[in-house]
Amino acid sequence: MRTVAERPGGSPTSAPTLVIRGGTVVDQTGERRADVLVVGGVVASVEQGIECPRGALVLDAGSCTVAPGLVDLHTHLREPGREESETIDSGTRAATLGGYTAVVAMPNTDPPLDSAEAVRNVQELSLSATAEVAVAGAITVGRLGERLAPMAELASLGVRLFTDDGAGVQSAALMRRALEYAKGLGVTLAQHCEDGSLACDGAMHEGAWSSRLGIPGVPAVAEEVMVARDIILARATGARIHFLHLSTAVSIELVRQAKAEGLAVTAEVAPHHFSLTDAATSGFDPVFKVSPPLRPPSDVEAVKVGLADGTVDAIATDHAPHAPESKDLPFDQAPPGMLGLQTSLGLAITELDLPLARVLALLAWQPAALAGLDPAHGGGQGGPIVPGAPANLCVIDPAATWTVDASALASRSRNTPYAGRRLTGQVRHTVFRGEPVVIDAEAQR
Amino acid sequence: MDDLGAEEVSEVLRVADSFVEVGRRANPKVPALRGRTVATLFFEDSTRTRMSFETAAKRMSADVLSFAAGSSSLKKGESLRDTVETIEAIGIDSVIIRHSSAGVPARVAQWVDHCAVINAGDGWHQHPTQALLDLYTVRQAFGGGDAGLARFEGLQVVVVGDIRHSRVARSQISAYAALGAEVTLVAPATLLPPSLEGWPVASVGHDLDAVLPKADVVSLLRLQSERGSGTFVPSLREYTAGYGLTSRRAAMLHPDAVILHPGPIVRGVEIASEVAELPAARITDQVSNGVAIRMAVLFLLLGQGPVDGAHRG
Repeated sequence: MRTVAERPGGSPTSAPTLVIRGGTVVDQTGERRADVLVVGGVVASVEQGIECPRGALVLDAGSCTVAPGLVDLHTHLREPGREESETIDSGTRAATLGGYTAVVAMPNTDPPLDSAEAVRNVQELSLSATAEVAVAGAITVGRLGERLAPMAELASLGVRLFTDDGAGVQSAALMRRALEYAKGLGVTLAQHCEDGSLACDGAMHEGAWSSRLGIPGVPAVAEEVMVARDIILARATGARIHFLHLSTAVSIELVRQAKAEGLAVTAEVAPHHFSLTDAATSGFDPVFKVSPPLRPPSDVEAVKVGLADGTVDAIATDHAPHAPESKDLPFDQAPPGMLGLQTSLGLAITELDLPLARVLALLAWQPAALAGLDPAHGGGQGGPIVPGAPANLCVIDPAATWTVDASALASRSRNTPYAGRRLTGQVRHTVFRGEPVVIDAEAQR
Repeated sequence: MDDLGAEEVSEVLRVADSFVEVGRRANPKVPALRGRTVATLFFEDSTRTRMSFETAAKRMSADVLSFAAGSSSLKKGESLRDTVETIEAIGIDSVIIRHSSAGVPARVAQWVDHCAVINAGDGWHQHPTQALLDLYTVRQAFGGGDAGLARFEGLQVVVVGDIRHSRVARSQISAYAALGAEVTLVAPATLLPPSLEGWPVASVGHDLDAVLPKADVVSLLRLQSERGSGTFVPSLREYTAGYGLTSRRAAMLHPDAVILHPGPIVRGVEIASEVAELPAARITDQVSNGVAIRMAVLFLLLGQGPVDGAHRG
């Protein structure tokens, strides 16, 4: 990833001089009232009453929070292969409007990101994007769960996270080998926990609603048995494992116990798993179909508790665009997935009863560290806002309220389940490598 | 079906009475829907239900179009929504939809403005006219009319078999309960829905012999063999041993009890061949009543002036 960190055709010094004025700076070191001066793509000064240099662009941050740019561990950019649903360009624009300065691109593209050629292609396509695109590689060739992808070669290109997302690695033996191999490389495996034999052809959470609606269900245990299996494998191998989009109370509890034991286990949850329940599917609208499925209120509550008590390390969007013609099918035939990049911050502020600094930890610096994009790993994401730090920043108005308008989203697709929902907390400006890519909630390119 | 209360169910049954009478005439045709056009949209194979609906519509003098999904533009890549909007634009008054996916008729009803949508069975979800014709058949067996209707209060209904995968069960359980019947479910645990939260059932069990003596109605469901042996039950043989209505079990029923089956019946599995021939078995009555019920539904939706948003799930 670092190999593509510099954008050609524009050295960092060509970025404008910025003054972010009047906000409260919040990062992992705490919060203070300060202006932020950005020169040449780098934070130059963080103090009150910074004088505006001649020719500098002033971004008003009055009543706002200035934070490290958000980092999404789980974005489907769809390029290459499904450009009618999303492109790297449209997806990263949606990301910047959501406050993100980096996204981890999931490998279930067409072709999948299971080879050096495929990874290099996405890295090159991402050079002009308005956010950093960190490529996740596939664990297995073709994401078929049969044999390992060339993980060492992909790691040499900067890949730090490997996943067959969309499917879990079904074979315990192969997953064990993958964990051993990943440990040797110092990379992290990220599992989409879903036992295929239990999930079968389920299309929503198996429970009271699926029983009434006659929709084939995915039982909670389909997720939980794989979480349990992989914790056991992580213990046996000593490898790190990251759990993608956990959605049930038992999964959260398994991770809580594994962490108490000291295992190198981390977990993310998606905003829809703390803001929607399976009751939303009662009208058969496929916009509410997602994998793992929306769960009942008891699971939603457990996800929130996991976010509050530190069991869960990150909020990750699982932004999964689908063009209308492919999404608007009968519920059981529709592909799972929903848009997430532009609504995650607002949902976290609105739905979670957490201090803003905790929300930002879950959306910015903790995922940055998990993705290996933070300063500790030599990256420029999620670090403290101090002189010398790369200027990847977002400016948030935590009290602003807004209504989600599906037609106004930057994604090429429209499959947001939040159309018409009123949210508190809005992204005002986003600065990527010193460039103001969002000003007053408008994308600049 | 959940949205239909006792009043509305009773109304359908009363209207069906007059159409049963029509069916007995030498010329069983009335002009009630002359000038109306209905289309059957069957995305899932079904001979019986389609024939029943088309017969019902023709006896009402409606013009009937038959849309076979297999030979339609859907095969050419047209979306369901575009197909439905095209059909509405043609000026069809009602579409009768059968689909293997739950929820399709409900979605279609949201997409159309003035076309009445009738659910002829969607996935495992609902099959409302089947439930209504079952009720009609039971009422008929108990003497018909309002007296027959009154018998539903406290009536002991036993639903046996693959409830998990049954749209008929989901519709009829609500319908029986709406009229005051007490519904008992009997099935292997694997063929019950994962959750019965909110279902209007009095009891659930696995012992058919224990409930038959007090049953007034035994409603058998087809064991969907495609989901059958090895997965949900070990074998058809073992299923029949536990849940088949054999002669021995039929003898446990009291003399007035009624046996129903939505068809197609699989003789020797959920019902013994000789039991299907007993006077208590009303399986052919169900079929002929089905036409009258569907005439009643069409009449109530289309026969009384302008139609608006008439989806009945």
